[in-house]
Amino acid sequence: MMEKKVNAIDVRNVTKIYTSGNTQTKALKSANLTIYDNEFFTLLGPSGCGKTTLLRLIAGFEDITEGSINLFNQEIVNLPPNKRPVNTVFQQYSLFPHLNVYENVAFGLRRLKKDASLVESRTFEVLELVQMKEYANRKPNQLSGGQQQRVALARALAPEPKVLLLDEPLSALDLKLRQAMRFELKTLQRETGITFVFVTHDQEEALTMSDRIAVINEGEIQQIGEPEQIYESPSNKFVANFIGEANLLSGVCKTPGENGVCELDTGHELNLFVPPHIKQNDKVTIFIRPERIKIEKSSKDKSQLSISEFTYLGNAATIQLKSNNQLINVNLPIEDLKVFKKDDYVDIHFPKESAQVID
Amino acid sequence: MNIQGENKTQNRILSLLPLWIVIGIFMIGPLLVMAVVSLMESNVYGGVHFKFSLSGYRQILFDTNLFDEIEFNPAYLIIIARSFMLALAATFLSLLIGFPAAYFISRQSDRVKNILIFLVTIPFWTNLLIRTFAWIIILGKGGVIESSFNFFGLLDEESSLNLMYTNSAILIGLVYSYLPLMVLPIYASMEKMDLRLLEAATDLYSNRIELIRKIILPLSMPGIIGGSILVFVPCLGAFIAPDLLGGGKKLLLGSLIQFQFSYARNWPFGAAMAMFLLALVILVLIFNARLNRKHREYANQK
Repeated sequence: MMEKKVNAIDVRNVTKIYTSGNTQTKALKSANLTIYDNEFFTLLGPSGCGKTTLLRLIAGFEDITEGSINLFNQEIVNLPPNKRPVNTVFQQYSLFPHLNVYENVAFGLRRLKKDASLVESRTFEVLELVQMKEYANRKPNQLSGGQQQRVALARALAPEPKVLLLDEPLSALDLKLRQAMRFELKTLQRETGITFVFVTHDQEEALTMSDRIAVINEGEIQQIGEPEQIYESPSNKFVANFIGEANLLSGVCKTPGENGVCELDTGHELNLFVPPHIKQNDKVTIFIRPERIKIEKSSKDKSQLSISEFTYLGNAATIQLKSNNQLINVNLPIEDLKVFKKDDYVDIHFPKESAQVID
Repeated sequence: MNIQGENKTQNRILSLLPLWIVIGIFMIGPLLVMAVVSLMESNVYGGVHFKFSLSGYRQILFDTNLFDEIEFNPAYLIIIARSFMLALAATFLSLLIGFPAAYFISRQSDRVKNILIFLVTIPFWTNLLIRTFAWIIILGKGGVIESSFNFFGLLDEESSLNLMYTNSAILIGLVYSYLPLMVLPIYASMEKMDLRLLEAATDLYSNRIELIRKIILPLSMPGIIGGSILVFVPCLGAFIAPDLLGGGKKLLLGSLIQFQFSYARNWPFGAAMAMFLLALVILVLIFNARLNRKHREYANQK
């Protein structure tokens, strides 16, 4: 049975312009998005793309220039941050250095004037949740980065926010810890049932943790969708390049339409869906993931493609194919490692649905 | 390795030698002279008889009456207590004014900040004596305050507000003189403060007052303690403001000491008083060190 989705956050036509002196910077340009209740939603983009700005607008740390933000159908734009039922996990954790772990976590509850007994039970409950109960009396500077991260998480979860905002919370951790925390965060989100809005520039983080992702670039939302959707059918070149590895090959449309044909500059003809706005003999860009391409041995007279680079990765290899002016990246499965070597001439194949004409 | 270690210690001692010489000549030396003077007999024409005596110290608490009997004399204790209270009051007032001022400055843009800090330090460019005289013009009979009261018809020409020569006048003078010493350290610790902590506190439902009480105040505590010491200590020994604005009617510790050296020609007693003041200050500093130890943990952390 399909559950009815409840809108947790509605971002409508939100524009944010920073003014300093005479220069104006448009950090967000008329952004629209809906985040559902109980969702792990990720704002993904390169640094300076406006993702953190959007998060800060939701938290209330920045004044909105235009547009509206609703939280469970209640307008929050005019509320100060301390009146918004959302909490933030900050990038540098920003734990209060003069308070111990317990007081840090209890901070929000105390400000909400909760009963002393409730403050205590809830504080220990969340400390338990992030496995930091035995550190309750430590000061933040006596904790490791990972432990501080957990306390920051506990502190933001303690007041039971309707939405938890996470601003690149894993970026300060080392790789191993980061990978472990990804899993923990995801589990935590499922267990608490709180809507998570997660900001990151790390596409791997976004793909592994999110229910849905919004890819943002230069203040504009490029695409919103589930991780698979975003990876498999990116809506434009930026998304294709930003998420994972992508081949963007130039070619010419031979036959437009649903069962169209395009010819790559390498001479290969492809059957694929050609969007209606593209006409015959239009130049097109074709997107295909490196792992979708299969190669087989060929000879110099049959193919212009040769292996120009061969990079061994341990569990696989990436190779670069070269024709006159195009480079094609291919991921080679482990069992084919021995079959090919540098300067071999090869031919390529891929399933029709894995290639896509892209704007 | 051991040799190298010894060399290091030697180098450290040698390289600090000039500093020790400076401290010795300019700080410890005069203090020792004071300590020696405080243990001598007074000479009515100024200076001292080089003869050991505790009379300087005895005079702080006891007096010799007409019948050559030694009796308890609380006069100087009262002066000490009065000085202490006045210095405390001045410190408290400076804190009351200095804390919001420092907070205000720390929240300005870099350019405005620099200008404001510059303005705070401007009074130091003029002699303290002259600046205190300016307060006589402001507070005195027919001074700036009274004449503006006259102007608005709040006060008739004949009467006076009697602002001068009161404890309040001294207090105003002291606060005015040492306020920058309160503002600057507090500003320094606020400047260092991570503004994201304020965001975090607001995010966790703090209103303005809670923000100040729970975050800003505790985090600027090292500056507050430092500033309080910097104001309290000179206030305790101040004599310019008490003399000029208090009219010397009610003696304070600083004026008393100065008086013993200049007019009363009782150097041992003045020196003994100075040593007593020094002891007081050291007590305050020890108390401060205790307070600071608690705050150092997070003051050093960033």
